[in-house]
Amino acid sequence: MNKKVLMKGNEAFSEAAIRGGCRYYFGYPITPQNEIPEYMSHQLPKVGGHFIQAESELAAVYMAYGAGAAGGRVFITSSSPGIALMQEGFSFLCSAEVPTVCLTVSRCGPGIGGIQPGQADYLQATRGGGNGDYKIPVFAPENLQEGVDLVYEAMELSDELRNPIFIFADGLLGQMMEPVLLPESREVICPSNIRTQKPWALTGYGADDSQRNRVLSLRMYPEELEQHVEKLFKKYDKAEKELVRYEAIGVEDADVVIAAFGSVARIAKEAIEILAAQNIKAGLIRPISLWPYPYEAFDMITDKTKVVISAEMSMGQMMQDVKLGVRDRFPVRLINRTGGMIPTSIEIAERTKKILEETGGQ
Amino acid sequence: MAINKMFFAGSGGQGILMMGQIACSAALIENKESTFFPSYGPEMRGGTANCTVIISDKTISSPVIFESDCVVAMTAPSMVKFEPTLKPGGILFLNTSLIHQAPKRSDITIYEVPASEIANEMGNSRIANVIMLGAFARNTDIVTPESVEKVIHDAFIAKGEKIVDLNLKALNYWKG
Repeated sequence: MNKKVLMKGNEAFSEAAIRGGCRYYFGYPITPQNEIPEYMSHQLPKVGGHFIQAESELAAVYMAYGAGAAGGRVFITSSSPGIALMQEGFSFLCSAEVPTVCLTVSRCGPGIGGIQPGQADYLQATRGGGNGDYKIPVFAPENLQEGVDLVYEAMELSDELRNPIFIFADGLLGQMMEPVLLPESREVICPSNIRTQKPWALTGYGADDSQRNRVLSLRMYPEELEQHVEKLFKKYDKAEKELVRYEAIGVEDADVVIAAFGSVARIAKEAIEILAAQNIKAGLIRPISLWPYPYEAFDMITDKTKVVISAEMSMGQMMQDVKLGVRDRFPVRLINRTGGMIPTSIEIAERTKKILEETGGQ
Repeated sequence: MAINKMFFAGSGGQGILMMGQIACSAALIENKESTFFPSYGPEMRGGTANCTVIISDKTISSPVIFESDCVVAMTAPSMVKFEPTLKPGGILFLNTSLIHQAPKRSDITIYEVPASEIANEMGNSRIANVIMLGAFARNTDIVTPESVEKVIHDAFIAKGEKIVDLNLKALNYWKG
């Protein structure tokens, strides 16, 4: 008996959050992630959780701040323009060290743009749009199973790190269905054990009953704020070393190496098979963590390679990081679609061939 | 069978996405890999609707396709749009109740199924998709009719035996 179930991406990610221990969800509807609030609204109450449809994305992120500060395990989701509205809150969550898992099912922009898939929020996700010095680990699944596993893991990682964790999916992954194996439900952090599991949380008492806890992002004294920022960056430095994840396929002897993440990476995998049938060796570097970015993966590329390509659904946002990884060792070119157009495998293969010809390859 | 790529296409309200989902669920019963990607956008009842389905023995990389092994067209515009995607030797299912023009290709296998008329004869215009799904399952090697029957049974049992029986009857109605 196959234990896998056929699920839509948005519903699979939602179920993974619940099984990961999420009991608080706040959101505001936006395509292409509307199945998430719908799913949460009928499934969370069944396990004693709480669903609130916020009046806006800004309200949703601050509801997450409140519930997270009180020790709850929180999941918020939106899509590109909605994530843009949440940016202020992400900076506050980082400053106050409030755990939250946030998923974007990104669509195409700029502006209200369109509702088809896009990856042009790469810089928004990895560099952030909030104020001040802060970092948020970002993970990008290429299929629903990886998305389920990442959301499930992020629920715990966010608590460990006391920082938001960002999952970057796109409209293709949110809307598509494929079989997934769901993880076992985790034990839930409940009001009776918050004080032992999260001694910093706002429960009305301090950990040792002597003074009340404070969770805040305002620090009026420069010395104190500098110390706080330095403390945050010790945490980020550690995360930067420990959270790097990527998949590399056939990089060492490749004529051309394609870097791609998320749904474009799985399309690129088929393009690589098409190229292999024409005796062109193409390798793949698939960043799973977008921050921290797997720059070191590009060190595996050998002198046999003629060119490195960034394939993405944006005007070349990830290419900036690809160039940082390549460090001028190879020319870097872009294969992209935008506006909600999804590249096909044959298109990536043909454009790769053309680039290879132009850069002195076959 | 290695990998089968297909489009189910028609208009909103015909149960097009349901057909794709049932095919994927049947594949799951057979321990096959599958992906389903619906067109989503300003769709509405009466507008266009289609989904891309891949069913394979091995891991599926791209869920987006540029050519197909099989097209199920429930309306004329969907035939016009997806017939050109068929590989030579591909299979085209046509709902001839609503498609009155002939397909252009001569290098493909065509099944003409008056699905909407049969559905009306059976007294429920909404089951044209299940009639077509039966034709699809029996005339391709993609999923077995038995798996599709099981999926339909499990999907409709909550609505009562009568609904299950109607759907199973529809599934097995058209013998070509």
